Amino acid sequence: MNLDLPLLELAILIPLAGAAIVSRIGNSDQARLWCLGFCGAAFACTVGEWLDFHTLHAEIAHDPGLLARSMGDFLEIDALSAPLLPLTALIYLLTAIATLRTKIRRFSFAGTLLSLALALAVLSCRNPWGIIGLLALRTVAPYLELRARGKPTRVYVLHMALFVVTLAAGWLFVELEGLHRAHSLWAVLPLLIAVLIRTGGFPFHCWVTDLFEHATFGTALLYLTPMMGAYVAVRLVVPIAPEWVLQSIGLISLATAVYSAGMALVQREARRFFSYIYLSHSALVLVGLETLNPIGLTGALCVWLSAALSLAGFGLTLRALEARHGRLSLTNYHGVYEHTPLLAVCFLLTGFACVGFPGTFGFLGTELLVDGAVQTFPHIGVAVVIAAALNGIAVVQAYFKLFTGTRHVSTVPLQIGLRERLAVLSLAALILGGGIFPQLIVPARHHAAERILSQREPPKPAGLHPGETAQFSAKSRPPKPK
Amino acid sequence: MPFMFHAIALTPLNLLGLTVVAVPVLLVAALGLPFLYGRPLSERWIGRIVQSGMIVGLLASLGVLGLMLAQGTRSVTLDLGHWVSLPHFHFAFKFVFDRLSVPFAILSFVLCGTIGAFANKYLHREPGFARFFMQYALFVMGMIFTSLAGTIESLFFGWELVGVSSAMLVAFFHERTAPVRNGLRVWIVYRISDAALLVAAVVLHHLRGEGDFSALMGTYPWPESHTVLTGNEPLIIGLLLLVAAAGKSALVPFSGWLPRAMEGPTPSSAVFYGALSVHLGAYLLLRVSPLLDASPTLSALVLILGLVSAMFGALASRAQTDVKCALAFASLTQVGLIVAEIGAGLPRYIPLVHILGHACLRTLQFLRASSVLTDFRQLENAIGSRLPPFSSPLGRFVPAALRVPLYRLAVQRGYLDALLFEYIARPVLGLFRWCDSLERRWTDFLSGGQSRESDRALGAASTLDDLSL
Repeated sequence: MNLDLPLLELAILIPLAGAAIVSRIGNSDQARLWCLGFCGAAFACTVGEWLDFHTLHAEIAHDPGLLARSMGDFLEIDALSAPLLPLTALIYLLTAIATLRTKIRRFSFAGTLLSLALALAVLSCRNPWGIIGLLALRTVAPYLELRARGKPTRVYVLHMALFVVTLAAGWLFVELEGLHRAHSLWAVLPLLIAVLIRTGGFPFHCWVTDLFEHATFGTALLYLTPMMGAYVAVRLVVPIAPEWVLQSIGLISLATAVYSAGMALVQREARRFFSYIYLSHSALVLVGLETLNPIGLTGALCVWLSAALSLAGFGLTLRALEARHGRLSLTNYHGVYEHTPLLAVCFLLTGFACVGFPGTFGFLGTELLVDGAVQTFPHIGVAVVIAAALNGIAVVQAYFKLFTGTRHVSTVPLQIGLRERLAVLSLAALILGGGIFPQLIVPARHHAAERILSQREPPKPAGLHPGETAQFSAKSRPPKPK
Repeated sequence: MPFMFHAIALTPLNLLGLTVVAVPVLLVAALGLPFLYGRPLSERWIGRIVQSGMIVGLLASLGVLGLMLAQGTRSVTLDLGHWVSLPHFHFAFKFVFDRLSVPFAILSFVLCGTIGAFANKYLHREPGFARFFMQYALFVMGMIFTSLAGTIESLFFGWELVGVSSAMLVAFFHERTAPVRNGLRVWIVYRISDAALLVAAVVLHHLRGEGDFSALMGTYPWPESHTVLTGNEPLIIGLLLLVAAAGKSALVPFSGWLPRAMEGPTPSSAVFYGALSVHLGAYLLLRVSPLLDASPTLSALVLILGLVSAMFGALASRAQTDVKCALAFASLTQVGLIVAEIGAGLPRYIPLVHILGHACLRTLQFLRASSVLTDFRQLENAIGSRLPPFSSPLGRFVPAALRVPLYRLAVQRGYLDALLFEYIARPVLGLFRWCDSLERRWTDFLSGGQSRESDRALGAASTLDDLSL
């Protein structure tokens, strides 16, 4: 089935063209304005595409654009990716909006637009080699930034190189082995390692903290918050991996979630604290994805949305604080509440949304995730609760360290500006709205979860509508070797 | 649509019930939205909104009680439908008005209303006035949701709101370090309690496929309900709920947070830690009392925990040098006795009446605490000498050799905080710090030099070192 309008294609082409235009603009202020325009247009296209897909009631929809038609299955969306596209575009848009004038010389707007185009292309692509190629391309921008800023790149390069190599090698073996369901370790193990690297699973997580240490906060945030590792897991690993592999990933992720939450407690600097909170949530999403039951999978998909949104808000709040105070130590109290009460409220709100606090977007997702994890891992699934509890303590501890404990004296006003206010209030509205009306999201996520699970089942020869059969079975099995 | 609010019959009882639930939600929205937008309301408007909300909520809950008595109804369920309904997972939004929840809701409105009026004057021109009432509104919402919850998820919803608002209120005077440090302590204990409750909810879902209390305790109205769980199920769920209750009610070994909570402003200490939230644990045990009836082991544990907490509270309160802390431990004594009454299987109305009476008395004592010291001083000035020191007649029965150790134990509040820190928090934090140092070596090795740019931003101290204080 085709979408009514070529919005998917436009959502990718607009930031791509924008990147080319903005890279030629020398004035940083103008570059930011153009970047905002292109990001806004891309966001509008993705929202339109989501609504279009929703009204079609289809399993998969193709973009009717010329370019998309010429590229086969490169540009198409399904229930999984439909909400991820506007979410990703929104995170980019809000990050661009909330970039302060003092930081615009260091922040690459052209690079941001290119990164947005690539991110949207990955999420619109179901072709395995397309995903692998686009993800490999996406690793380049942070590397270039690290190099341009004279920062160490080895940790990042080693991990990303290993990620790309293992992902490509794993999929190559999958294709060589053909359509057999049971793939050999040669195929599965590299894919498992690739997923663990990209999601930051223990012991491959150090590149995430390293990236936050050395890259600009905005770049690290945009590279990580769309959670592409989870996307790789759903598209490439879940449909073909044997159950024991998925359970292994689940167990490693469970350990990573608790470990990262504990590490967040002892961090002495705000960026590192944030990176561990990210790692813990990224691992929790992976735990849910590997539970292989509809409830856990639905929880994972909900937490994916809520964590991406709230982590982006949480990161933007920290970034706004950092823009005013420089690197933020968590070993002493800063007491900036009186200067930036709205940032304090948003810090707490987004932090609580991350940990699944009642009334926020993350609440129901976390409940479902815990339920699903306990179903699959009856004795250790409770570790999800421990991770959530530790994350909650870490968030409040960081709040107290940053906003309270002393009276901060400043000779210059530190209030947040209109653009930052717009960004954090938009996120707050979405987080609270998603918390109050989860029924707008959860059933659709459940549908996506069932579809993911159905891809693991053998193709059904009968019992479906004729048109559905052809499409369903074609999409449910791994692609044919070329 | 998988979700729907049920079409609720517009009977007077349902309308009043809806009002009771809606008032705290509207209060949070009315105070929270301007606060979130960065333009909090004026003191006068906040006072008016809070007063109106509490009066309407109280009248509605009294109306529910009156109608239930008039109609002879033992239990009314306000089923708002499924918040989310998936195959094998339902999140129902259900509130139950019965002989346990209605008195507790009325108590919440009475005490919160009283404290709202008191705090309106007490915190006049305080810079955090709007922040206090925002957190107060969240607390009221949490209390009402917890009191009336018909499912364990709704209860968890309210339980968490009570926890976060309490921790933030302890840290209300946040330009000083001590309240913040104590707020974090309270939050840590509450998180343990919340985790236990969440695990209980998950186990219940696992066993019954839903979190409805009727799935746990049958359909008979409280207190005649009987659990439908069999075998070891009541003991497992009951133990988890006991941990949750112990954390919330500051029972041993979690008692250390109670005196720390007194760092908050007097109105919040009075209503939250002296009267309402400290009783939530006991309330939870009353709500799930059929589990205790089904498990003698669980009942015995509850009884022992209650008695130990009562004895500890009685001992510690006698050695406190500050009136709020002495009252806090006196509260713990009574809460311990209430829990012991529940564990001993006394008729369920006895602990309920004990809760109601104790909460009202303790609120009065807390509110009088600051002015009674002034009264004492005036009295001493008038008689021209010190008032005779009070000594308990029970002291004569304590052997001389035990007096100093017992006094030391009481002054140090049973060493509970120190024990928890030394034997649980410090080893855990030490382990993670060791992992952090390993990670540093690993990234230094990979990058061929110093890998942590953030070191330049750091001071000498470590995070969570405050916990040892």
